Amino acid sequence: MTTLQSNILENHTPTGREEAWRFTPLKRLGGMHDGSAKPEARNSLAVNGALPAGATFTHQEIVAVTETDDAIVNRIREFTSQGAVLTIAPSAEITEPIFLNRTSFGTDSAEFARVLIKAGNHSKSVVVLENTGDTHLAEDLEIVVEPGAHLTLISLQEWGSKTIYAARHHAIVDRDATFKSIVVTVGGDVVRILPTVDFIAPGASCDLSGVYFATAGQFFEHRMFVDHKVPNAKSRVNYKGALAGDKAHTVWIGDVFIRAAAEGTDTYELNRNLLLSDGARADSVPNLEIETGEIVGAGHASTTGRFDDEQLFYLMSRGINMDDARRLVVRGFFNEIVAEIGIEDIQNRVMARIDDELAKAGK
Amino acid sequence: MSTLEIRGLKVSVETEQGAIEILKGVDLTIKSGETHAIMGPNGSGKSTLAYSIAGHPKYTITSGTVTLDGEDVLAMTVDERAKAGLFLAMQYPVEVPGVSVSNFLRTAATALRGEAPKLREWVGEVKAAMESLSMDPSFAQRNVNEGFSGGEKKRHEIMQLELLKPKFAILDETDSGLDVDALRIVSEGVVRSKASNNHGVLLITHYTRILRYIKPDFVHVFANGRIVEEGGPELADKLEANGYAEYASA
Repeated sequence: MTTLQSNILENHTPTGREEAWRFTPLKRLGGMHDGSAKPEARNSLAVNGALPAGATFTHQEIVAVTETDDAIVNRIREFTSQGAVLTIAPSAEITEPIFLNRTSFGTDSAEFARVLIKAGNHSKSVVVLENTGDTHLAEDLEIVVEPGAHLTLISLQEWGSKTIYAARHHAIVDRDATFKSIVVTVGGDVVRILPTVDFIAPGASCDLSGVYFATAGQFFEHRMFVDHKVPNAKSRVNYKGALAGDKAHTVWIGDVFIRAAAEGTDTYELNRNLLLSDGARADSVPNLEIETGEIVGAGHASTTGRFDDEQLFYLMSRGINMDDARRLVVRGFFNEIVAEIGIEDIQNRVMARIDDELAKAGK
Repeated sequence: MSTLEIRGLKVSVETEQGAIEILKGVDLTIKSGETHAIMGPNGSGKSTLAYSIAGHPKYTITSGTVTLDGEDVLAMTVDERAKAGLFLAMQYPVEVPGVSVSNFLRTAATALRGEAPKLREWVGEVKAAMESLSMDPSFAQRNVNEGFSGGEKKRHEIMQLELLKPKFAILDETDSGLDVDALRIVSEGVVRSKASNNHGVLLITHYTRILRYIKPDFVHVFANGRIVEEGGPELADKLEANGYAEYASA
């Protein structure tokens, strides 16, 4: 067992001393981690709009495709074996994005949800998960990307301010398959997402990117784990965050494990944070554990900084006022990743939300 | 007719060793249509003068005044100075990742003109400005100054000068790092801009070669934080021949 995986919990309940939980405000998780939450199976995930040919969506019995030591996921699995299943047929090439959204039911109880997304071999699809409103949600999302399949998953956290959301988004990526994930977290009280990837055959690749913007009091945690256990797989991680306001707190953990068998691995991970005010805190921890030297490349970078005065001066010297200059810089900062979404409506919506967060922060 | 007037300007910067005075009392008056060259050795404070007029936060004005048609420039924020009619072409233009040239120019033009330029006319304006500076149309989609060569950065600065039409253009070592062709193209842009807008030019340079293209009406020699000699274009010829050695102890 490596340090990246050692997360043994007594009685399934994290105390905050474990590596995986050391940043998370356990008291603000609504009891989803310790059994005190009142779980419900609401099956609130539904297709938004028409489902294109080649895709099916059902609520049914789910057999977990992976094991995990995550306390919340294990509680979900103990609670229910039912969940939502989206299947993309083998060889289906679906050009229109598939939209799934969640209806919120308030915060009196917690929804414990399981989801399985299965991209059949050599299929090509884009799936958008839209999360809005106020809820308590614990989610076990498993993603299977079969040989030769290309799946893009866009996960939008546009939650209301009372939401507590704790989830594992785990992808199993098979031979010559690609998994592209874009996580946007701009709303919620506490959001904790574990975007994790398991490569199970050579030629697999993943591209995990994300943007987050936390304002006063919000806690957003994104904790990657990419497991290179087979040769010739490629991973890229690029998360960018902005923080503003008292006790805005973000956590980015980038764990990449290159096992002895994973020769030919190519990995790079990056996290950049923009601190827009005092009183905010960005934790950024890349971890690279390498058991073989026979690799193509492995690297990481992490930066946390404030507004670049020179950028603001340059823009303002062209007549652009301070607020507009800040907006341009922040939009530019996030643009690299938001542009990857590839759906113009959503890109505009995310940018507008980022403008709003910035405007709120400026007050 | 506009007048930019600098009187007794003293400027210092904060360092770990405390404040250091860089400008030690600068007097200079520029009128519309005039071209003033400020020449001097490295470290004499030429760029500090440019950035102080534009309002860079690094510089502290300790005394003196800068006025534009009587308005107190030093009381203005950086964007207000631009709106009042000042433009600084920078020696080292700053990269702004993720912001396209096209978006940047339109945002700046909107701010300076008080309303968004009509799209069709604006596209034509930008296209013409880029063509006259021999810039590829793809340039507009690139991020501001990101990955630009030295020559591209300077062309981009002068393109802004042509589009934003200030009352006074301060060119801070616009000639540095340019090959002969780029120097000619950029200089022609300045001359063209001045011809159509009749703005004043404050041309800061270390070398005389740019003066072959942009003819100064007045030459000011800058040394040790102040103007030490003034004259007409003939002063530049003298500097070409003798260098700055005689001003070293000024």
